[in-house]
Amino acid sequence: MDICVCIKRYPSLGSAIMLTDDGMAIDTDKLGFTLSPHEECAVEAAVQLKEEHGGTVTLISMGPEGVEEQIREQFAIGADRAIWIRSDSTDIDPQAAAKAIGDAIEADETAFDLILLGSESADNANAQTGVRLAHRLGRPVATAIKGMTIADGVATCERAVGTMREVYRVRLPAVVTVKDGLNIPRYPSVPGRIKARKKPIDEVAADLDGARIQLKGLTAPIRESKGAQALGAGDEAADALVDVMKQIGVLS
Amino acid sequence: MAEELQAPSEAKCVVIGAGIVGNSIVWHLARLGWTDIVQVDKGPLPNPGGSTGHASNFIFPTDHSKEITQLTLESMRQYKEMGVFTECGGIEVARTEERMQELHRRLQSATSFDIDGTAMLSPSECKEKVPYLDDEVILGGFWTPSVGVVDSLRAGTIMREKAQEMNALTSLPNTEVMDIEVTDGRVSAVVTDRGTIDTEYVVIACGCWSPRIAEMAGAAIPLTPAVHQMKDIGPVPFFADAKGDIEWPIIRDMDTFMYERQHGTGLEIGSYAHRAILYEAGEIPSNEQAALSPTEMPFTQEDFDLQDEHAMELMPDIVGDETIGEKYACNGLLSLTPDGAPILGETPEVKGLWSAAAVWIKEGPGVGKSIAEWMVLGESEIDLHGADISRFYEHHKTRQHITARTGEGFIKTYGIIHPGEQWTSNRDVRLSPYYEQEKALGGVFYEAVGWERPFWYESNAPLVEKFGDAVMPRTAEWDARWWSPIINAEHLQMRETAGMIDLTPFAIFDIVGPGALGVVQTCAVRQMDVAIGKVIYTPVLTPRGGFRSDLTIMRLGANHFRVVTGGAHGMSDRKWFADHLPADGTAQLQDLTSSMTTLGVWGPNARAIVQSLTSADMSHEGFPFGSCRVIEMGSLRVLASRISYVGELGWELYLPIEQGAKLWEMVFEAGQLHGLIPVGVGVYGTSGRLEKGYRAYGAELDAEYNIVEAGMALKKVKDADFVGKEAFLQQREEEPMALMCTLSVTDHHSASGEKRYMLGMEPILTTDGAPIADKHGRRSFVTSAGSAPSLGKHLLMAYLPPEHAVEGIELLVEYLGERYPVVVDRVGATPLFDPANERTLS
Repeated sequence: MDICVCIKRYPSLGSAIMLTDDGMAIDTDKLGFTLSPHEECAVEAAVQLKEEHGGTVTLISMGPEGVEEQIREQFAIGADRAIWIRSDSTDIDPQAAAKAIGDAIEADETAFDLILLGSESADNANAQTGVRLAHRLGRPVATAIKGMTIADGVATCERAVGTMREVYRVRLPAVVTVKDGLNIPRYPSVPGRIKARKKPIDEVAADLDGARIQLKGLTAPIRESKGAQALGAGDEAADALVDVMKQIGVLS
Repeated sequence: MAEELQAPSEAKCVVIGAGIVGNSIVWHLARLGWTDIVQVDKGPLPNPGGSTGHASNFIFPTDHSKEITQLTLESMRQYKEMGVFTECGGIEVARTEERMQELHRRLQSATSFDIDGTAMLSPSECKEKVPYLDDEVILGGFWTPSVGVVDSLRAGTIMREKAQEMNALTSLPNTEVMDIEVTDGRVSAVVTDRGTIDTEYVVIACGCWSPRIAEMAGAAIPLTPAVHQMKDIGPVPFFADAKGDIEWPIIRDMDTFMYERQHGTGLEIGSYAHRAILYEAGEIPSNEQAALSPTEMPFTQEDFDLQDEHAMELMPDIVGDETIGEKYACNGLLSLTPDGAPILGETPEVKGLWSAAAVWIKEGPGVGKSIAEWMVLGESEIDLHGADISRFYEHHKTRQHITARTGEGFIKTYGIIHPGEQWTSNRDVRLSPYYEQEKALGGVFYEAVGWERPFWYESNAPLVEKFGDAVMPRTAEWDARWWSPIINAEHLQMRETAGMIDLTPFAIFDIVGPGALGVVQTCAVRQMDVAIGKVIYTPVLTPRGGFRSDLTIMRLGANHFRVVTGGAHGMSDRKWFADHLPADGTAQLQDLTSSMTTLGVWGPNARAIVQSLTSADMSHEGFPFGSCRVIEMGSLRVLASRISYVGELGWELYLPIEQGAKLWEMVFEAGQLHGLIPVGVGVYGTSGRLEKGYRAYGAELDAEYNIVEAGMALKKVKDADFVGKEAFLQQREEEPMALMCTLSVTDHHSASGEKRYMLGMEPILTTDGAPIADKHGRRSFVTSAGSAPSLGKHLLMAYLPPEHAVEGIELLVEYLGERYPVVVDRVGATPLFDPANERTLS
């Protein structure tokens, strides 16, 4: 089974977010990068399916130079190859992103049985790309999935709705967007890292025509200092703890 | 709640930083009786987010520096006392022959500095101790049983709480320092976001943020935040039953600049092998901005790619296991300094403002204790001269110098550093007026605190042939590295005719004014109330009577003294004298270091050469030893001082730096008739002085030893008071515990038949191979080593306890894994070469 997983590089934030001087982006100067937990679960699911059914796992990521870091990271988990859609930014209108990804998938030699995405990106959270991509490719789509098995060319997908669960059967080839909790993603191993360095990344140009959402500006939320304070140790802390609980309304 | 905390309006001392260093300092200050201490940290407690919080926390005690080793041993003692030390042992493994030699050298230093139980291990012995090691990739290991891991955060909390229990300390977490106020050159207040604290003392103990804080007061702490990479993998099935933090010995894979340590059920892999990744203190994110902590920067895997492979080679069963994942990885920030040493002591810029920065976990509590002693008692038990913040010259404090040297030095963290090794970056910063002439003569330049000065001259290469085997050639690469037989040829030629030596790096400062005599009397052991025109060589003591320095002072006028001291310790000496200037302003210090140059001319023909350039009477009677005066040499007015550090007749010639080149030209030309050659510092600093038994500060002389032990006590002690006098008087009444001796090697042949020459710091052993210690527990080791070409010997200086300090007694010296017979040639200061000093006094 050949699986494709779309991943998006995203800055790993502290409690206070710094913006660039023009207010148009997060200042990532002092920050590392990561993937959203949804996407980490998507890659883990793909690798598990490969281990179970055989096949390949291909990553697709859009963005500038640095996206290779996240691609290699997921290679270390077990993905085999990647398509890098080169663009100036990772912050792309979902319609344009879906089109560019769709183009890349159609142009690729591999006919993917399953395309996995996170249900929404960690930064913009539009939750559109997966649906638009499915539409673009003319495939069925199941979204916000937290459980998935595949047998006889059919993906059985589950999602939680309140206290209920919904189960979908989707015939492959299909698109599935998944949520954190689908599985517990593994950590990369050192041998995985070493293998990751040699895995191929095919670069393609992005055609971003059709982008219609334009960013006007960002405002960082004002946050209280996270200054943690030890209230005391052992029994002596009890009184102070009770005070705090009263203050926040847990006790009266 | 945290937001409601208010800073006290007054304090005796404000300690900035609540990492291992700040916490140690507050405790030791309290222990020594200080109260009203306030500790400020911008982060929360117990982990405010500095380097302590992500430290690997293991301690290998051995270092080639005595000072650092002593700080480490003292820290281990304190960690043990607090119950936060877990001994696990450690092995430094070698993959190359060169590293095996280095490990033997580390064993030497361990023996010299009293670290017992260490041993060299074969690869299979290493594997016995650490079964997950591949013994095929290593050649051997250096085993230290006392290696251990500490809980530095817990230690900090214990010490902080002890100070709080004594009601001596108020700790203010989550408190930002906004400014440090200085009044009349003295620190007066710390401004925080919780209020202003008026204070007499401020200690900057905030690790990689220290430069930014010091800047607020107008002081410099020249360090840079730098990245050290580490990753944790696990859980490791082999460690599944591990009960504690650490049970298996820590491995340092020295040739790959890496370490691997078991950490609970995981394995931590750390590296000093990657490119130097430097930051500026202002670039470190705040606690709020950081994803982890401010000093845990995002891991950059591409810098660790090679390290992954190295770790897998050494520990394939664990690191090569695909089921073991990386749980955590970070680019941890630590502090690097341009010379690798910590930055400790009162800043020369601001009175009462102290630095305790660039300190590793292994030195933390030792530094805390030492800084507190220094602040409260005026002196620390461990001599900290190597780490003294006042050692820096102005150029050392520039960002470019810091970046260049830390970038170069980072890779040396686990490197093999030859004792003579030179820095290659940021050179040619201070050039003597003779530089062009020296370059033309093939000067091979070594650096002395920024100054470039020839260690020897290639123009003297033909002399090697002239003197043949008397130059004591060295065939072993290590012995001959950063050395040349030309040094010994220059030595022999100087003793035959004459040599001229560039002494520009001297630090020179004048003490002037009606109070000047009082200042020099207070600082110097020797009588300074002497006739104008006298030159006095004198020790300078610490309050407890150890060596603070040794230097010469010329009396140029009734109220005018000129202090001349070695460049290396020049700025510390300047601060020492400046600290003793009277408060009433009746004496001032004028630094002439960059205004004056010094040229030494020595040898049997020195008088003929100098006399040919002046009408002044340079005869022995007309210009006696130990005197100085201004003479005219052509169009130059030169202060000539008749002393010698090489044991020859001659003068130091002082004059304004811009006239130096002219003087060089005159002396060089006049000297051609008298066989004069240019002579490098190889002679001046080593062979010349060793033959004469002259001691050097920082080698033979430090605060741990006294004048009597150094064999430098004169019969009389001056009436005037001086620092250390009381202690000195008492030392004179006591039997010395050790005596400075000069030894020579009687057989240089190693097992392979090659002749080997020791370079210094090697342990002296009894003929049974046992280490030697005096009644204070101080081990005997080689303080200086070098050729004595005029004696045909290789000399070693060492302190020996009285039972071994007997001329003619045979002992051993351990050098790179082998032992060589030595004999005590001299106890005390009488020179082996020209014992009556006939040459100097001719």
